[in-house]
Amino acid sequence: MKKFDVVIIGGGPAGMAAALGAREQGASVALLERDDRLGGILNQCIHNGFGLHYFGEELTGPEYAKRFRDKVLADKGITVFLEAMVLSLTEDRVVRAISPTAGLMELHAGAIVLAMGCRERSAGAIALAGTRPAGIYTAGMAQRLSNVEGYLVGKEVVILGSGDIGLIMARRMTSEGAKVKLVAEIMPFSSGLKRNIVQCLNDYDIPLRYSTTVTRVTGKNRLTGVYVAPVDEKMNPILEKEEYIPCDTLLLSVGLIPENDLLTGTSVEMSRVTSGAVVDEFRQTSVPGIFSAGNVLHVHDLVDNVSEEAFVAGASAAKFAKGELALSETVSVLPSNGVRYALPQKVHQGEGKVKIYFRVDKVYRGRTVVVESGGEVVKRKKTLVMAPGEMQNVEVDKALIKGDLSIYTEE
Amino acid sequence: MEKFDVIVIGGGVVGTAVLRSLAAYKAKTLLLEKASDVATGASRANSGIVHAGYDAETGTKKAFFNVKGAAMFPSLTAELHVPYQKTGSLVAAREGGLPALQALYERGVANGVKVEVIDRKRILELEPNISPEIAYALYAPEAGVVSPYKLTIAQADHAVINGAEIRLEEKVVSLEKTADGFAVRTEKGEYLASYVINAAGAGASEVNALIGEDAPTETHAVGDYYILDSKEAGVVNTVVFPLPDEKGKGILVAPTADGNVILGPTSRKVPHEVAEENEVTREGLALVREGVGRLIPCVNLRSVIRVYAGTRTAVGSDFIIEESKKVKNYFMLLGICSPGLTSAPAIGEYVAGVAAEALGLKKKEKMRPLPARFHLTKATEEEIEDKIASDSAYGRIVCRCEKVTEGEILEAIRSPLPAHTVDAVKRRVRAGMGRCQGGFCRPRVMEILSRELNIPLSKIRLGDKGSEIAPYEVKDGYEKV
Repeated sequence: MKKFDVVIIGGGPAGMAAALGAREQGASVALLERDDRLGGILNQCIHNGFGLHYFGEELTGPEYAKRFRDKVLADKGITVFLEAMVLSLTEDRVVRAISPTAGLMELHAGAIVLAMGCRERSAGAIALAGTRPAGIYTAGMAQRLSNVEGYLVGKEVVILGSGDIGLIMARRMTSEGAKVKLVAEIMPFSSGLKRNIVQCLNDYDIPLRYSTTVTRVTGKNRLTGVYVAPVDEKMNPILEKEEYIPCDTLLLSVGLIPENDLLTGTSVEMSRVTSGAVVDEFRQTSVPGIFSAGNVLHVHDLVDNVSEEAFVAGASAAKFAKGELALSETVSVLPSNGVRYALPQKVHQGEGKVKIYFRVDKVYRGRTVVVESGGEVVKRKKTLVMAPGEMQNVEVDKALIKGDLSIYTEE
Repeated sequence: MEKFDVIVIGGGVVGTAVLRSLAAYKAKTLLLEKASDVATGASRANSGIVHAGYDAETGTKKAFFNVKGAAMFPSLTAELHVPYQKTGSLVAAREGGLPALQALYERGVANGVKVEVIDRKRILELEPNISPEIAYALYAPEAGVVSPYKLTIAQADHAVINGAEIRLEEKVVSLEKTADGFAVRTEKGEYLASYVINAAGAGASEVNALIGEDAPTETHAVGDYYILDSKEAGVVNTVVFPLPDEKGKGILVAPTADGNVILGPTSRKVPHEVAEENEVTREGLALVREGVGRLIPCVNLRSVIRVYAGTRTAVGSDFIIEESKKVKNYFMLLGICSPGLTSAPAIGEYVAGVAAEALGLKKKEKMRPLPARFHLTKATEEEIEDKIASDSAYGRIVCRCEKVTEGEILEAIRSPLPAHTVDAVKRRVRAGMGRCQGGFCRPRVMEILSRELNIPLSKIRLGDKGSEIAPYEVKDGYEKV
């Protein structure tokens, strides 16, 4: 049995930032990572665009990861367990894990930070019709195969979904000589960043069709093609307009799901919208001493925000472990009218400011974001354009909080 | 030319059952399979049900082998370490369905099957989530669920460690009678055999045609299925069928032996040419959803992790299980559709006995038992510690959803019948069968296969030939490597 002030599950960007946040408070930290190196998915994101907000410069994924990894590995107060998979955790903060070097281990934690990241929605999860050949990949799997292993999955590509990894892979495959014939997005808008649509599709003349989906795939051993069709308002494909596109590769970029399976059997309150835990501004869940940050909490579009959020979670977890996280009453943050979700879902009354992150449910132009508390407007923010693929935020003065916060958009 | 006493054509659950039973005799045996692994046809994609035996017409081969086979499952699956649970089954009927249930009940009794008709109160004790429309059910406590591909693989492994040979990716292209037996030519080689057993499943009629036996017209019915996340386990406890109709036993809801929930199948007639493509259709999936709604309406379809289709090949209404009258020492197994999985162990025993008698084979003193595979999720802490101490690969989790270690994957690759494709690994140890469907572990499994088989990653296949997963090297100018 080993004891640590803070045990962090996951050594990607969230886990590494949480470790540094906890160390800033002087806590002893265990960082458990299932891969054989720290960095998580950043290690396969060899494109640039990371760090503009956090470091004020443009880095690749591995570079961004290295900045944190160097600090983590240099810090004697952080014990890193690599190839360590957490098998279970309890509400009284006992973490069971396994690794090839340590075998089965049990860690007792003063506080836990969940930083397991997310997984990609699979072909099965969207009940993709057709045959079951090779040639169908989640975008992230194809990304790992090309950027870590050095192998390309195919040369004539259709991409279903316009999530960021799909967009990045459209450019990546094109730069390797593949032909990306189409990106099909079932929604009337993209869930990816505008800059990725411009830089990864438009710059390479890759067509993007909205309100379009893949209806079925063909091929016995290797994919030979896909059928695509436009969808109606209810997202049902209009099969009379089905069109066949020969291709050997279908990449799926159809959503990311926070990997919260470890919480099964605990009473941690979950959000049906984010598929992550319900948290306060310290990123503490409904179970005291269990914190959550990064993509396991809610799917981010910028790693910079992950680092910022996880640093707070790590620091708060350290304070909790030392009995220094004094908490006042909470109010709820209630999204409505165009705001799909807001996070944190709970806010403590008191001093200082709280940054509320939120996503809108469709593309809005020229709307104002309004935050109300106790019937009074505490914040208004005019926006030019808001899209579901780009996380927004608004800062609220805590002193103005008189009751539940309601956050919404208005014309 | 290599000479065998018996050659079995086809590595499905029936072919491997025959091979395993033959391995109990002092004989040189070979199984030829056209695909990259055993259990890639109907034995891979079916409902995985051990039928109690009330459904088949009394007096048929289906009824005989079903009842005999079902009784073998508890000891067979224990011996071969195959996931199996005796869950019991229900045929659920609405108000007014009692006469149809009664008929099934009587057939069950005539077939020697333990069955009873139960009312809604009893049904609710077994299935609290049953549709409010369901008033009566036929309860068969002896029915169960099994992993059909794991059974097939275990039979194959058990046969191999007892001296049988299996050659994969060897489709039989010609079959000729010689003076004292047969010349069997495949895509790769030619073999001699004293006795040939045709267990070629969907291809059995074609094999019959090669030797000049009757090649009856087969009908192929494709069924669509959903598999739900293991977190939905508990929504259903038994195998719940609707009342059967002319198309078959209908769309069922059941737990799987590996802890998921299975929904399906439909029954769509398809031509022979596409029978093995196993195409899932949107219409088929819609029918499954409707069918499930009539039985267990609260099933959560948001938890689907996989959809697939399987093909049942039938010839007429009964199994054809007989020695050829035209061709001496040639045995035919045709149209082994449902309840073929349940019947397979009994068929294997019977057919091996017939061949042994024809050749005058003697039984071995005893067979080597099949060692159990290590499964992290089923092992005690002590067993896990011991395993990791013996090989640290047992502490390295590769498939995070199903908690499969590198050690287990290496075991699969080094099995008596070695796994050499990603899907073959998956069927043996469940790497890639969880909720992320291989999103994370597939590249890792490919790396391990590449290292173990000493072939480049670009050659690693999902399954059969032509299914390379990442066939091109980055910046290699796009020549296939």
